[in-house]
Amino acid sequence: MILLNSTPADYLPIVMMFVVAMGFVVTTIFFTHKLGPKRDSKIKLDVFECGIESVDNARLPFNIKYFLVAILFVLFDVEVIFMYPWAVNFKDMGWFGFVEMLVFLGTLLVGFYYIIKKGALKWQ
Amino acid sequence: MSQIAFYILSFLSVVSALLVIFSKKPVHSVLYLVFCFFTIAGHYVLLNAQFLAAVHIIVYAGAIMVLFLFVVMLLNLNADIEPHKDNVLKVSAVVAGGCLMLIMTSVMKTADTMPIIDSTNQIGVVKNLGLALYQTYMLPFELLSVLLLSAMVGSVLIAKKEDIENLPQ
Amino acid sequence: MELVLIIKLILVVAVFAIALGIAAYSTYGERKIAAFFQDRLGPNRAGPFGLLQPLADGVKMIMKEEIIPAHADKTLFILGPALAMLTACMTGVVIPWGSTIEIGGAYYPLQITDINIGILYAFAVVSIGVYGVMIGGWASNNKYALLGALRASSQMISYELAMGLSIVALVMTTGELSIGEIVRQQHGWHWNVIYQPLGFLIFIVCAFAECNRTPFDLPECETELVGGYHTEYSSMKLGFYLFAEYINMFISSAIISALYFGGYNFPFMDSLGLSHNMVTTIGVFVFFAKVIFFIFFFMWIRWTLPRFRYDQLMNLGWKKMIPLAIINVLITGCVVLLLNKN
Repeated sequence: MILLNSTPADYLPIVMMFVVAMGFVVTTIFFTHKLGPKRDSKIKLDVFECGIESVDNARLPFNIKYFLVAILFVLFDVEVIFMYPWAVNFKDMGWFGFVEMLVFLGTLLVGFYYIIKKGALKWQ
Repeated sequence: MSQIAFYILSFLSVVSALLVIFSKKPVHSVLYLVFCFFTIAGHYVLLNAQFLAAVHIIVYAGAIMVLFLFVVMLLNLNADIEPHKDNVLKVSAVVAGGCLMLIMTSVMKTADTMPIIDSTNQIGVVKNLGLALYQTYMLPFELLSVLLLSAMVGSVLIAKKEDIENLPQ
Repeated sequence: MELVLIIKLILVVAVFAIALGIAAYSTYGERKIAAFFQDRLGPNRAGPFGLLQPLADGVKMIMKEEIIPAHADKTLFILGPALAMLTACMTGVVIPWGSTIEIGGAYYPLQITDINIGILYAFAVVSIGVYGVMIGGWASNNKYALLGALRASSQMISYELAMGLSIVALVMTTGELSIGEIVRQQHGWHWNVIYQPLGFLIFIVCAFAECNRTPFDLPECETELVGGYHTEYSSMKLGFYLFAEYINMFISSAIISALYFGGYNFPFMDSLGLSHNMVTTIGVFVFFAKVIFFIFFFMWIRWTLPRFRYDQLMNLGWKKMIPLAIINVLITGCVVLLLNKN
């Protein structure tokens, strides 16, 4: 096992940055809310549709393509994530590791080929 | 120090998990779940399981929850026309949930408690994890690609169903 | 321990302030450059050469009326831009802004934290960036905003894959996930762009897509979607969306310079005969020069190329970038292994 001397304390500055950024965002939003003028009217608060009277609201069903892209993204994202621990150890594992990843990638490329042939990613 | 962090994180994860269930709007539930995943990633960091923490955020919070959000947006069309949930559904939900709780408690009772891994343990570091994954656990890793492949084929088949129906018989 | 924490806190505040400052002046730079490309003058009223323009814009944004549409989901409507701004700021933590500074015999790194999984952290923040746009667009309850948000999120997740794969090839050559260590390995002129030219090209294209910059600015393509996901936004909440875009641009440029262009390293840095602190100071300036060059590059492309059509964009992402990135991984693997043998 390789000792890298890495501890959870390394992550403390991330929390600091989060707090600083959060503080900035919250104060700015608060002050804009207090400082700006308020002259509401029913028409002003209506949905903007280029000046035409709005029809229904925007809770519309949308194309299933977007959904398919999201599903395929999840699958390929897992694949990419699996490549990181492999890439870090790549030089130590040599050809063995390379072939191992080729088999893994090969199987997924078959799936990728199927997706493209099936026209799942075709946008009109 | 890490004790305090543990208690804060645990409190936040329990509260956000409860909010997932109790919030009325599905989109809010999804967002509370994302927050819950962040706190769990924080727990992983405390155990020095860095790769797991990163994967938890990238895959769960960044990919799967985006998919959930898409689904919720696709289905949650109008709050006011949402179908009324009848009592049979509620009773069956309570029974199913109760069964799950029974199983969980019985499992928890008999489970062996593992010794606490202290935060200086380096097994969760990417390099060590990779060595274990690609040498000791090579076969499960390769089988995983088959699992992902079947998921790909399945999702494409479901989403492109209309094309299959249009095929000449 | 306390001293280290105080230094970290100072660095955090400094990086945050610098990111805001550079983002603010990028808006000015963008308008000046656009003006130059179109043979106009650009902003020239507020202060000498219009240099106070970003300040005037900021004050205007804060003083404007805040409009929350009646049909919008109020909590999420506010959360959207806040999240966009937060995620934009978070990556700065892992970027090495300079080498180490020596104070009284002790060396302090000019990187806020050199976590072991720096690249994965940056990748995670990028993957969270989708939420700001998606929540804002959906909460507005406006059809244009919804379409813009959908386009933006599918575009961002599509290009994230190719981006991840291009970094895999880089990690194969360096064997490291810590950004600090990757920059140290590029000492002198051993910049990664020499070893990973294709990876760099894929990465920069994906960075454009992730920042929703032209030619990938379909989410807010004003000729068909009015303003895209921020159609309903006004005052500082609109400001946050626009500002987050410029911060993202700055951070992307910083990551590109750190991963592929040697970060704070410059040729002949050892043979100049300068003290350690002097070299570090020059290094910081060199790093910012590289970053500003890439910010300029982002703007140059914006005012030169027209935008894609949506099917072209998705085809480029899935059918060209991903296969190309996989080929890059395979080539890198073969070359690294063959060179290691000898």
